Amino acid sequence: MFKLARYLKPYKKEFILGPLFKLLEAIFELLLPTIMALMINDGVNRHDPSFVFRAGGLMAAMAVLGFLSALVCQYFAARASQGFGTELRNDLFSRIQALSVAQLDAFGTQTLTNRLTNDVNTLQLSVAMLIRLVVRAPFICVGAIVMAMILNLRLSLILIASAPVFVAIIWIIMSRSSPLYRAYQKKLDSISVVVRENLSGVRVIRAFAKTADEKRRFDAANDDLTGTALLVGRVSALMNPLTTVAVNAGILAILWVGGSMVADGTLMQGQIIAFVNYVTQTLLALIVVSNLVIIFTRASASGKRVIEILEAVPDMPNRDGEAPRFAADSPAIEFENVSFGYGGGTALRGLSLSIGRGETLGIIGGTGAGKSTLVSLAARFYDPTEGEIRIDGVPVRDIPDGALRAKVGLAPQKAVLFTGTIAENIRFGKPGASDEEVAEAAHIAQASEFIGKLPLGYETPMERGGVNFSGGQKQRINLARALVSKPEILLLDDVSSALDYSTDAAMRRALKAARAGLTTIIVSQRAASIRDADRILVLDNGAVAGIGGHDELVRSCAAYRDIIESQA
Amino acid sequence: MKEKTFRKLIPYLGGKRILLPLSAACAVLGAAGTLAAPALIGKAIDRMVKGKPDLPGIAAIIAALAAVYLVSNLFQWLLSLITNRVSYLTARKLRSALFGKLAPLPLSFFDSSAHGDVISRFVNDVDAVCDGLLQGFAQVLSGAAMILGATVFMVALSPSMAVLVVVLTPLSILTARFVAKNSKRNFREQADIVGALNGYAEEMIEGRREVKAFGLRNEALGRFSEMNAELYRAGVRAQFYSSLANPSTRIVNNLTYAIVGVVGSLAAISGTLTVGGITSFLIYSTLFAKPFNDITNVLTQIQSAFAGARRVFAILDLEPEKPDGKDAPLPDVRGRIAFENVRFSYDKTRSLIEGLDLDIPYGSSVAIVGKTGAGKTTLVNLLMRFYDVDGGRISLGGTDIREFGRDELRRSFGMVLQDTWLFSGTVRENIAYSKPGASEAEIVEAARSAGAHDFIARLAGGYEARISDSGGGLSQGQKQLITIARVMLADPPMFILDEATSSIDTRTELHVQKALKRLTAGRTSFVIAHRLSTIRGADLILVLEDGRIVEAGSHAALLKANGSYARLYANRLETA
Repeated sequence: MFKLARYLKPYKKEFILGPLFKLLEAIFELLLPTIMALMINDGVNRHDPSFVFRAGGLMAAMAVLGFLSALVCQYFAARASQGFGTELRNDLFSRIQALSVAQLDAFGTQTLTNRLTNDVNTLQLSVAMLIRLVVRAPFICVGAIVMAMILNLRLSLILIASAPVFVAIIWIIMSRSSPLYRAYQKKLDSISVVVRENLSGVRVIRAFAKTADEKRRFDAANDDLTGTALLVGRVSALMNPLTTVAVNAGILAILWVGGSMVADGTLMQGQIIAFVNYVTQTLLALIVVSNLVIIFTRASASGKRVIEILEAVPDMPNRDGEAPRFAADSPAIEFENVSFGYGGGTALRGLSLSIGRGETLGIIGGTGAGKSTLVSLAARFYDPTEGEIRIDGVPVRDIPDGALRAKVGLAPQKAVLFTGTIAENIRFGKPGASDEEVAEAAHIAQASEFIGKLPLGYETPMERGGVNFSGGQKQRINLARALVSKPEILLLDDVSSALDYSTDAAMRRALKAARAGLTTIIVSQRAASIRDADRILVLDNGAVAGIGGHDELVRSCAAYRDIIESQA
Repeated sequence: MKEKTFRKLIPYLGGKRILLPLSAACAVLGAAGTLAAPALIGKAIDRMVKGKPDLPGIAAIIAALAAVYLVSNLFQWLLSLITNRVSYLTARKLRSALFGKLAPLPLSFFDSSAHGDVISRFVNDVDAVCDGLLQGFAQVLSGAAMILGATVFMVALSPSMAVLVVVLTPLSILTARFVAKNSKRNFREQADIVGALNGYAEEMIEGRREVKAFGLRNEALGRFSEMNAELYRAGVRAQFYSSLANPSTRIVNNLTYAIVGVVGSLAAISGTLTVGGITSFLIYSTLFAKPFNDITNVLTQIQSAFAGARRVFAILDLEPEKPDGKDAPLPDVRGRIAFENVRFSYDKTRSLIEGLDLDIPYGSSVAIVGKTGAGKTTLVNLLMRFYDVDGGRISLGGTDIREFGRDELRRSFGMVLQDTWLFSGTVRENIAYSKPGASEAEIVEAARSAGAHDFIARLAGGYEARISDSGGGLSQGQKQLITIARVMLADPPMFILDEATSSIDTRTELHVQKALKRLTAGRTSFVIAHRLSTIRGADLILVLEDGRIVEAGSHAALLKANGSYARLYANRLETA
């Protein structure tokens, strides 16, 4: 929790002045009864109406001053808490962006976004409460206890004795409820996951007529969440009555002990009245404290979740810096004895491969053979568990991100398109690309024809994930996005699966004509798409089954022959 | 508006029949204790007279006081228990209603809304409502009880001054209302920005591969911090303005206190009120004003709650799809399918399908071909009633499909889409999704037919391997195989395969196609595919262009006709 304190640093001023003004407000407010007492004692008893009016005027002035102090405090509290939250969110998002794909996969999208909004919100609220209440409550408590001690030391021992009881109650309830709050936030994540799956899988869910089952699944998650909430509610609901009972017991003891002291003549009646008043003041302040404790317990659960992200060390940190010296005479891409697996499995084993400059390499192979994995490694979404990948002679691990992205363009298999217009989506490949560049990329990708038919053309908005476009249209925008930056190396991961053969062929022709000298890796299921490639790599179960030209493979590679025959 | 939102919220209040009256009772009894205790303490002190102490009397009062404390704490405890219960049950009911609302919403809602924003309503907005209830509910209830009790005591002491207090104090409520009204906009703005921020963050985290591949990191950070800065401005405004309510209430109450003091003192000077009377009166007037201060103290939470509730109701109030008719006939799953003069478009300004006629006898295999964007998937959307036709009708066995229950209609089709959808769960659960309670043997058999068994067996955990949120580790083709196994297990009377095998390698595909052929033999099937091997054997091939059927017939007939299809086919041969 204290690790988050540094986000409060820029608000030092607010943190000192806010509570200070709150204290001023409290003092002005506490002065009111005193002035009232004066008004009654001096004004009424002396039958002095003008004194009454003056005292009344003074009280009005106090009220106004209190109001102004409160305004200042609230302003500081709002600024500091919102500023705290804003900085924290920025850092969290930036950390999330720095984590590797594998790390983000492990967290999951939903818990990350929840921590970014819901958890930060809880923390933010606790900061505002802290500023508003942190000084006032303890001030009143300590003040009342000191005054009580001055009044009568013996009697004040009762008050002091109840303090440890009070602390014990708070400690027990905090330690009980803190894990529950963490569980609550986690269950909130589960709810979000179900909702998200239902939003994105609506077609399948409806196709299988599973809405009722999904509702049951959601209700189960919802009940689970509510169960935890009720449990934590039951635990924290004890806080207030228990602390009040502790203080009430103190009052009873004071009355009893005080009664006999008055009888002995060691205590005056008026002192008991004052004593009871101080205890009541303390009680009210303590109730505020116990509410604060509940808020902070919840905040600490959120704090832990947020800190977990902040402390995640990016396992593939973004590197900045100068582009390295690329060797002009080395192959464009080299894989040297590369192995890789997802979570225990093996997707690629001991792959060695060298792709020359300007070469087009086709990759074909069975489902799950490791084709996409190979592309992902070349784009450095993951680092191999063994071996090395080099681009222009430089290990990819040593290439700064900017330089790598400038060199390598990628059109992924299942493209995620973003909310925005078509032009904006293509420009993601090269921010600031001119209209001509965008149009040229779309033209090569065979997208200009259908875009041209849209009433808004390139300015047509794409809805979330591009659902208002067909699979083939999305693939072509995806391709244009990869082409617009004119990379030296282009990785196409099965981008023509939803294209008809003629469009696919036209695309490859256009690509060849417009981007001479481009090193290309084309992953495809279609023999036709890769047939004209300079070389074809046949992958089988994570290893090379054959590599060479079409004719050569037909002669020498049984796996390739099988594939060709299956498509004849 | 606020009142309207509040009225809408009432039906969702958890346990309103039993818990609400019970909590009111608890509030009254708890407040009674708070009001009675000072009187008892006063009595005890009166008995402490020097040298002549009435110790038994004091003991009796202390015993009574202990009882009052216990009872009042007990009820306050009950009240906070009930408050918790009401709040969390309300949250559950709201979430459940929101989710239940998703089912009857038209598909266009899912296609056009930012999912992160919708999720934010389930998480952040419902949470805000819950928090507002949690903080505000007990305050309002026990506040009301205190106000009532204090009024009674004040009237007993001095009716005329009681009128003064009762008239002046609510002024503070008016001030608070004024403040609340003016800050409402800020709260709405804040909740909307949180939703948008959630949506954006979700998109950027979901598209992590693209963000990395295109080096969009800085751009994403920039856009995020821009939205975040907007949130900061809205947040500070909302926080600050709504937090003005409390000091404004306090200043009104403090001024009232001063006025009462002055008026009371003048009355005492003129002899109509005793000094002791003023003192007690002032205590009660403070008690009277306190709840007003307390309520405005949690106004920020209450206002966030209203802003959240508004966003929740924005979804709950959406127009649902036309509900299924009562006594809807069961679809004749072996009937012929006919499109009659069907007209449809997603965007009402741009026509897509016009005057489409089709007649498909049961048991036909229909292949739909055409360039991307020609409307192939739209036909599927209409058949499955994901969207309803704008004009004309589609019938199954002679009955308009709009007369059937949607679930019954959809269940008669087995559908596989190019966009695979797997949920977080095991491989087994994902396959068995189409047939709950399927036996182990059936599941393995379906996986075998789909050509998925071998790779599943190789997964760590086999059929019990967990598919995560991101599906990490499974290739696109493998995901497709699992969805095909799902349909094979369902064994439906009709099929829709929309690019179902696009990411599967052709050897595996051959195997899958064979299995599908066995399965679909003698049943109606619609196949959208680019691979001609899949299309060639169809009974009927439909060639779609710009939403119209330009050609229809068997492979041989269409080749002979030498039209669009022949061109497509030749093209394939030429490039292959």
